Amino acid sequence: MIDYLWVLIVLPLLGAAALIVFGKRIGDPWSGRLASALVGTAFLIAAGFTVPLVTGNGHPETVELFSWIPVLGVEVSLLWDPLAALMTLIVTGVGFLIHVYAVGYMHGDERFGRFFGYMNLFIASMLTLVLASNFVVMFVGWELVGLSSYLLISFWFVRPAASAAGKKAFIVNRIGDWGFLVALLLIFAAFGTFEFAAVFAEAPTGLTTGMATAITLLLFLGAVGKSAQIPLYVWLPDAMEGPTPVSALIHAATMVTAGIYMIARTAVLFGLAPATLTVVATVGAATALFAATLAMGQRDIKRVLAYSTISQLGYMVMAVGVTAFTAGMFHLMTHAFFKALLFLGAGAVIHAVAGEQDMSRMGGLRKVMPITFWTMVVAWLAIAGVAPLSGFWSKDEILAAAFAHGGYFVFLWAIGVVAALLTAFYMTRLMILTFGGEERWPDGVEASEAPPILTVPLVILAVLSATAGIFNTPFRLGLEHFLEPSFEGVTQQLPPAGATVVALAALALVVALVGIFWGWARYSRRLPVEEGGFWGAAVEGYRVDDWYGRLVVAPGKAMATWAAEILDGRIIDGVVNGVGGGVKSFGNSLSGTQSGLVRWYGAVMAAGTLGLLLWLLLSGGLF
Amino acid sequence: MVLPTLILLPLIGAVAVALVPKNRSELVFPLGLAVSIPPLVAALWVAANFTVGEASFQFVTDHTLSESLGIGWRLGIDGISLWLVVLTALLFPLAVAASTAITDRTKSYLVAMLILETGLLGVFLALDLLLFFAFFEIVLVPMYLLIGIWGSENRGYASLKFVLFTGAGSVFLLGGIIVLGLFTGDLVDRLSSFDIRVMLDVELSSTAQLWLFLAFGIAFAIKVPIVPFHTWLPDAHTEAPTAASVILAGVLLKMGGYGFLRFNMTLFPEATVDLVWVLAVLGVIGIVYGAVVAIVQPDIKRLVAYSSVSHMGFVLLGLFALTSQGLTGGVFVMISHGLVTGALFLLVGMLYDRRHTRLIDDYGGIATVMPIYAGFFLYMAFASIGLPGLSGFVGELAVLVGSYLTLPVLAIIAASGVILAAVYLLWAYERVFTGPITNSANEGLHDLGLREIAIIVPLILIVLAIGIYPKPILDRIQPSVDLILERIEATTSYEVPEHGATVDEGAG
Repeated sequence: MIDYLWVLIVLPLLGAAALIVFGKRIGDPWSGRLASALVGTAFLIAAGFTVPLVTGNGHPETVELFSWIPVLGVEVSLLWDPLAALMTLIVTGVGFLIHVYAVGYMHGDERFGRFFGYMNLFIASMLTLVLASNFVVMFVGWELVGLSSYLLISFWFVRPAASAAGKKAFIVNRIGDWGFLVALLLIFAAFGTFEFAAVFAEAPTGLTTGMATAITLLLFLGAVGKSAQIPLYVWLPDAMEGPTPVSALIHAATMVTAGIYMIARTAVLFGLAPATLTVVATVGAATALFAATLAMGQRDIKRVLAYSTISQLGYMVMAVGVTAFTAGMFHLMTHAFFKALLFLGAGAVIHAVAGEQDMSRMGGLRKVMPITFWTMVVAWLAIAGVAPLSGFWSKDEILAAAFAHGGYFVFLWAIGVVAALLTAFYMTRLMILTFGGEERWPDGVEASEAPPILTVPLVILAVLSATAGIFNTPFRLGLEHFLEPSFEGVTQQLPPAGATVVALAALALVVALVGIFWGWARYSRRLPVEEGGFWGAAVEGYRVDDWYGRLVVAPGKAMATWAAEILDGRIIDGVVNGVGGGVKSFGNSLSGTQSGLVRWYGAVMAAGTLGLLLWLLLSGGLF
Repeated sequence: MVLPTLILLPLIGAVAVALVPKNRSELVFPLGLAVSIPPLVAALWVAANFTVGEASFQFVTDHTLSESLGIGWRLGIDGISLWLVVLTALLFPLAVAASTAITDRTKSYLVAMLILETGLLGVFLALDLLLFFAFFEIVLVPMYLLIGIWGSENRGYASLKFVLFTGAGSVFLLGGIIVLGLFTGDLVDRLSSFDIRVMLDVELSSTAQLWLFLAFGIAFAIKVPIVPFHTWLPDAHTEAPTAASVILAGVLLKMGGYGFLRFNMTLFPEATVDLVWVLAVLGVIGIVYGAVVAIVQPDIKRLVAYSSVSHMGFVLLGLFALTSQGLTGGVFVMISHGLVTGALFLLVGMLYDRRHTRLIDDYGGIATVMPIYAGFFLYMAFASIGLPGLSGFVGELAVLVGSYLTLPVLAIIAASGVILAAVYLLWAYERVFTGPITNSANEGLHDLGLREIAIIVPLILIVLAIGIYPKPILDRIQPSVDLILERIEATTSYEVPEHGATVDEGAG
């Protein structure tokens, strides 16, 4: 059965091909239905493949498909193990719900069919990344999700902002990809193969710490790009120019978690490079806090969620940085549920208020959109870390692991706790500004509850967001146990035992409640004026984009212009034209006119070479 | 027999086109298109009957023309030339099909194109250096005429520059060939010999190798082109008619890479090893410089031209990595670049046919009115960027992996090409295709017609096919480049680094 693992990738890939070419003809809504059915089928097949892994009858399997680049020994082969299974189920499961939602959300769009073609292309790409059994195939998926992301962010390409955001996302990601690519070179030089199994088997004995550090730092650069960490996070807020289902699927639940997945997949290598791990954990913690402060100040509901995603990704990166790989994957899963829910809920809200995204022009929506409201309440409490919802368990596990890692990492734990406080605060702010208080919608807007095709996925995600914690509570480490075969030979940081973990959990809960109370106190009665100072800076993202523009883009452009106009145009070509001019005037003095020279030259050359060939032809038997 | 036939087919076609009577001029174009097909069929036949795993020349034709001078009509094909020949034979029908906008002196135009094809096929198939030189020069003439007569505004300057540059290189090349021929003559007790298979046995002093390497190398460096000998290329590309640009980028530049591989690296191994650093550094400079300069080009054609400089830098780096991966990758990049850049020039030409401007600023938002065209362009742009799954990635990855083994620092710098390619192509795409239509002259643009779609679709499919399954191509390239490496190892103290060993496992 497992030999047919490739079907998981091929199903959405066929959908993509069909819908990109014939999407217009298949039209609205059948394009969406087809795309959704394919992803749903992939989910069911993946679930079937997962059963033996859960019951303990299965073991990791590699499925070799065909030889791809023989000169590099690269095969296209896939790996099915618990880690791949978990990611596949998230990608196809959440992906399916978002596809269904998008059938309603994108209804009436001129390029409806094309949209679902790109969505299916994304699923196929993401599954390639997830199922790869070697670094090169993983890189293929890595690049193809970048392509899908580009296509979907700039889907409404007539809007210059959308088009620019797509380009920015791809280029910023490519900076990270450079790291991944160079890591590939180092890996081949060190191991002579790209296969995970062979590399991981040889690494503990065959790799120096220096080489392990170099490889993992380069891989991490890739993760920093894809998972939007400092300093490459700047593409993600802009990516919100894409349609909201895209933000939910790609820029919250799945693609942006690829960096965390990649680090978990290569845990053996990271385990050999303590210096890298410290960098990883630090970047993660810093991003978690930094992005949380930015999320506090946004007025655009999607941008709050974008910065929130960056912040939550920071937690996951911190988790893998303290070698709590399972905790990182656990949070990846719960976050996929509640963040997808938040985005889809936000999409429903935006639809209801006629495309408005500014929260200061929302308010009072709880009455008209009860289903959206209540499902988002679940997500709000989950991300804030209120027990017993899923986010509480997964975030707490990360923080507890960081605490248990000891030393310097206790400091990172503290940063994580502060970020958790801010998370509870900004999410409360979002909920109250959107659903609470007075109605502040634009004139003429008749807000109403979304149709079932939007709300059913919300309800399912709400159930998952509420309950997914049971997969890995401190009392029953289900996920930990399930993922064990994927982390063989990897030392993981577990949460501390006994009273400490209870105390930490209690503290986390208190922090969450304080954050919520703080938000409640600040926003529940009136709308405070949030201008200037911190609020002004936060809305502008602390002007980081400006600084990148001034320090990187502008000098880069100036240098390119100089190279093109001065160096190439005047200096190099100047020498050429000088020499050419000399020849020309010499020729002029011989033949009189310039155009005469050109023809003469050409004619002589033609005659000479043809003559030579003719001579060759005539002076001997040709055949 | 098949190779002489292959070379002469376009020439016969040229004669046929030339014989079309004046009052039947409507037949000229269909006939020109029709006669460009048989060479493709012949090339594919050769590819299909090519023995995999055989490193040396196949389908050899060997007829001595002059016993005492050692000149012969010697043709043969190996894994290096095979795909260049197929590429040449493939691009010509497409380029001819894309030439419907040529209404002035159509007959002469097609004759020039077909002679050009004969010349190019000859370059890749000749096993005799003088014969090679003859074909090398024959190529110049029709290309000069194509640019000079059917080019755009600044064609006079561009064509002259093209001829002078390449002609200058040829002088050195001819000198080098004659000297080497005389050396070889000593070996076989004649005045001279130009059979490259015989030349392999000549023992040359280090100094002789160095000078000969430079003499050959200058001609090929101009063709590749290597920075700073590249400035003829943007002018020639830009002013040339579409078909000539396609052939220039698609095939003509490969004469340089092919020349280095077939002659410099094969005949002068010691000089090759000594000069590795110089050429690899120049290759990396080309990668970065070409890409950086491409970013700010205001003219789409110039942008694609500079992207060629960047991609050909990968070829050079791959060749002078002196590893199996690098060499194989370098040859593959040549093939992929020929297809992708050929397609990009075809596409730019289709737009030029409609609006008669190549300036990026004259466009904006045209994806709205030309969605199919935009899709095709974006596809080829991503192929050029090196997106995995399309052909560009395979060769570039092999080049980078192969060059990292011997020249790690250069490989790491070269890898930054992946960022820069995304910058110049996606920025150009953004400005030409996305946003609202800002220039009312573009509102009425019609999307690609059936003929134009039929020209691009084959390239789209091939770029995808060899991106996903490059094995048949790589399996034929690798033995032949390995033979060159073995010779370098046998005649110098150079040793290919260890991880070449894994190649065999993978190939099995």
